[in-house]
Amino acid sequence: MTTATTSPTAARVDAARAEGRAALVGYLPVGFPDVETAVAAARTIVEAGVDVVELGLPYSDPVMDGPVIQAAVERALAGGVRVKDTLRTVEAVAATGVPVLVMTYWNPVLRYGVDAFARDLAAAGGAGLITPDLIPDEAGEWLTASDAHGLDRVFLVAPSSTTERLALTARASRGFVYAASTMGVTGVRTSVDAQARRLVEDTRRAGAERVCVGLGVSTPEQAAEVAGYADGVIVGSVLVRALLEAPTPAAGLARLGRVAEGLAAGVRGGAA
Amino acid sequence: MTSPPPGGFAAAAGAGPYFGDFGGRFVPEALIAALDELEAAYEKARHDPEFAAELARLHRTYTGRPSIITEVPRFARHCGNARVLLKREDLNHTGSHKINNVLGQALLTKRIGKTRVIAETGAGQHGVATATAAALFDLECVVYMGEEDTRRQALNVARMRLLGAEVVPVRTGSRTLKDAINEALRDWVTNVATTNYVFGTVAGPHPFPAMVRDFQRIIGEEARAQVLEITGALPDVVAACVGGGSNAIGIFHAFLDDPVRLVGLEAGGEGVATGRHAATITGGAPGVLHGARSYLLQDADGQTIESHSISAGLDYPGVGPEHAWLASTGRVEYRPVTDAAAMEAFLLLSRTEGIIPAIESAHALAGAIELGREAADAGRRDTILVNLSGRGDKDVATAARWFGLLDEGEL
Ligand SMILES: Cc1ncc(COP(=O)(O)O)c(C=O)c1O
Repeated sequence: MTTATTSPTAARVDAARAEGRAALVGYLPVGFPDVETAVAAARTIVEAGVDVVELGLPYSDPVMDGPVIQAAVERALAGGVRVKDTLRTVEAVAATGVPVLVMTYWNPVLRYGVDAFARDLAAAGGAGLITPDLIPDEAGEWLTASDAHGLDRVFLVAPSSTTERLALTARASRGFVYAASTMGVTGVRTSVDAQARRLVEDTRRAGAERVCVGLGVSTPEQAAEVAGYADGVIVGSVLVRALLEAPTPAAGLARLGRVAEGLAAGVRGGAA
Repeated sequence: MTSPPPGGFAAAAGAGPYFGDFGGRFVPEALIAALDELEAAYEKARHDPEFAAELARLHRTYTGRPSIITEVPRFARHCGNARVLLKREDLNHTGSHKINNVLGQALLTKRIGKTRVIAETGAGQHGVATATAAALFDLECVVYMGEEDTRRQALNVARMRLLGAEVVPVRTGSRTLKDAINEALRDWVTNVATTNYVFGTVAGPHPFPAMVRDFQRIIGEEARAQVLEITGALPDVVAACVGGGSNAIGIFHAFLDDPVRLVGLEAGGEGVATGRHAATITGGAPGVLHGARSYLLQDADGQTIESHSISAGLDYPGVGPEHAWLASTGRVEYRPVTDAAAMEAFLLLSRTEGIIPAIESAHALAGAIELGREAADAGRRDTILVNLSGRGDKDVATAARWFGLLDEGEL
């Protein structure tokens, strides 16, 4: 993994570490419930204390996502959201000053053109990509493009990853390595799998400088627990649910703010 | 056609993970260990005479192999008087070619020591075959099926449940095969420690395209020898329908390095120009879906476009990567067949030969009609081998609606 100076995301994670805490990474899908509200939602979680924003590019076949994010993304697509809306949203959210990563399945990037997407993402102020269905073995074009445009590339590791694959993924990643806490898809879970801690340790031993944990983290207590051993805590479904279940966009933003504040307190060791 | 690769097409196709620019593994990291495990088990099995003997025994005593060849002269009169031979995969146990693949994968599941299998299904034929093998091998079985397809193919839902499988209707996205695959992949990511994914076609991440092809290759190996024996020569043309592409690759492979024309018939739905079709190679573009780089139906943003076909088994916006490669080399031609042309062929085979084909296979029959007539126009009488991939029992309700075969009170 390359050094913090070339990666805005790594710099942010390191800044949190300097405060003696883990970073909070918050996921929201672009265009849900509509493009403007999604931008407001991202600003809301930044104000609440999220350190890095992860914007999901809505995709028709999200195989790594559970029911909550699937429902939100389906609604975004039904509302007519396009790839260029993701770039616009990145630009608006990057203006808050936090690193903005785009979480995207691979085909939309392929279709856009890998280098063209990297160029336009960088121009919009984006920090890089999280790629749930792209493993480093298949990522040649993206490795080249992300180097050319100075973007972070966050690959995933899972409890099933072998030591060799942990090392391969750690080497290929820039920003941080995304450790999937459990074998499964995104969703709200009542507990964070104990194997997450071991995966973080193994991934560090394999050479990763920064490891953030995602999948199923939903409460301030869980965030505090994961913050105890990881460099960052990634939350998604619980944020999306706040928007999904609210009767109006305004009520959704208010609820989202409260949920994000709770999680931000969690990573600061101040779980309610 | 570009000139054949040194050593021929069959050798160049190889064991994956890539077929030219196509194939690979575009899946979550969490699945890589399972795919590696499956690949290793398959590699071992592939070179193990005991595995081959066990599969051959099952095919002889359970599937009913070798499947026969039937010459269909009355049907052939409508094909420009071509000579038409059908490879009768419809006579296999469970009624289609899907069992060839499923028995191989079920044996592998046992070897890996997993106790649960999952599958996706469109027409229900792969689901029925998987449920059948699960009953035979005492495996727990869950089949994902788009809600839309559970309605179109209700008979097969009941068959799967009779066989002891759990059928899960999938209500996301377009509620068809593509969404059933998404849901099966989510299940697999979650339950991979106990579960093997018995994939139904030559699409998906490596090793599925190569492995499923190898299990289906028996169709072409048998048919090549049978046609040589019956006619004293190789066929001029081999025709097969292409959904994901397993029955087509299965019959094509034995002929890849022969001077034989190979034609894959895609589901043209209401016509490729209408946008309501499932002709992935004819009307799609390269991209990634369900774990492999291949052709797919997609919009300008790379979102998958819903496919349309009267045939649930062909109603899929993707296609196996080896077909994408064979198309790019020009070795295999791909053509669309409309719903209407397929249904006409469906009725014609039923009326002229007393064989009710699957609507999927009727696309290949419609291709034979077209190819035979083109040959006649050019002054030739071709021998056309058609892969009759399945039987039409499951499609009787659809046909009754299409042709208005039942009166109000009989519906
Ligand atoms: C009888 C029959 N033929 C063909 C197909 C299409 O699959 P493939 O293209 O993999 O052969 C199906 C799929 O359900 C089928 O049931």
